[in-house]
Amino acid sequence: MKYIDEFRDPQLARTLLANTRARSTQPVRFMEFCGGHTHAIFRHGLRQMLPPTVKLRSGPGCPVCVTASADLDRAIALAKLPDVLITTFGDMLKVPGSHGALQTAKAEGADVRVVYSALDALQIARDHPERAVIFLGVGFETTAPTVAVSILEAEAGGLDNFYVLSLHKLTPPATRAILDAGEVRLSGIIGPGHVTTVIGSRAWEFLPRDYSVPCAVAGFEPLDILRAVAALVEMVESGQPAVVNAYARGVHPEGNRTALDIMHRVFEVSEADWRGLGRMPASGLALRPEYARFDAALAFPVDPGPTREHEGCRCGDVLRGTVEPPDCPLFRRVCTPARPVGPCMVSAEGACAAWYRYGGVDV
Amino acid sequence: MCLAIPTLITSIEGTSARAEIGGVERTISLALTPEARVGDYVLVHTGFAIGVLDEEEAQETLRLLEELAEFYTGETNGEWRMANDELEMVSAIRNSQSAILR
Repeated sequence: MKYIDEFRDPQLARTLLANTRARSTQPVRFMEFCGGHTHAIFRHGLRQMLPPTVKLRSGPGCPVCVTASADLDRAIALAKLPDVLITTFGDMLKVPGSHGALQTAKAEGADVRVVYSALDALQIARDHPERAVIFLGVGFETTAPTVAVSILEAEAGGLDNFYVLSLHKLTPPATRAILDAGEVRLSGIIGPGHVTTVIGSRAWEFLPRDYSVPCAVAGFEPLDILRAVAALVEMVESGQPAVVNAYARGVHPEGNRTALDIMHRVFEVSEADWRGLGRMPASGLALRPEYARFDAALAFPVDPGPTREHEGCRCGDVLRGTVEPPDCPLFRRVCTPARPVGPCMVSAEGACAAWYRYGGVDV
Repeated sequence: MCLAIPTLITSIEGTSARAEIGGVERTISLALTPEARVGDYVLVHTGFAIGVLDEEEAQETLRLLEELAEFYTGETNGEWRMANDELEMVSAIRNSQSAILR
């Protein structure tokens, strides 16, 4: 068992598709919350394989994409401070802020380094005691515990030059916001697999309870996604919405207690600014007062000035699922992965990047 | 960004482990999965194991899918169709319901 090829078996995929086709009578639209799912769906051509009654819509599950322009501008302003060294996941580098991207600042002399892990950022801080090393904490519940570990290690090691700009966001509140807004009719949610490895499948029980919307938590291989779609169709057809854990090998109902404990030890739930969804209460993570000395926002107050949104860019609408990338006037014409206008075209998880890369057929 | 890759743990030292990802060995943190053991597959996200994969659950999922497959017949012109026998189809749907929603 290698946990990859077994879940790409084309024969079993056909079985699941046949099952879905046989079972699906009413038109449905499911949202895959997670950008990782969006890319897997496009990469494996799953949209085209589904029966005509079943449509998929991409959601806001791309942490870089939902980072608000103001937060991005703040990160860029931090990068321009003297003696500051910015560490970040690679996706953030090319996202255009109001006036240039992090990579523009880098080209102009700012020290911006791409890391694979928050622990790499910590090592850079150890190696450069004379510099303030700021890690851009971008990511959902999957990533936040790893950043929390880096802060606990910095504390244990007595590091006084390591900081985090916490832009972490929580996935259930964003899902609620989309359903509350009612701009796009959704018959079910494909739950984000690796977020749910951490928060547990029970965290999605509000969907059937409060919205009568079924949820199927999915892994990232084709069989995982097709199984989740089959489960959603089954729940819609039987009129019995529930949470189905279609990723049982990687997700427990209660999640990863250790990761949740560490995340909540370091962070507290706070309001957060989301691109597309605006400022939402209890939808982000801020450092607890006990860890305030690691908070880059407090240690380095900067005023990046007013934000400027890029005219015509419909990234916010794409993130809310109200339009699809080809509906944006800039898509493919002006906005491309080489010259992205909005973050949805930059990130490896962005819906626009998936449509562009895999030649998204309008289905 | 929520990408996590199934990875085999080959050795453990303290809260770090050596793990093999696609033939390449690297060090990962077990700070979030202290229960992980040598020989386990873990989901690795940005250098951290965020969960230990459950082989029994994986086998069970595949077993259910294979069971489901028995109710469907072969490919015709690239299109999959249900078993011809209507009774068999009804039973397939009934069985699929439990397999899919398990």
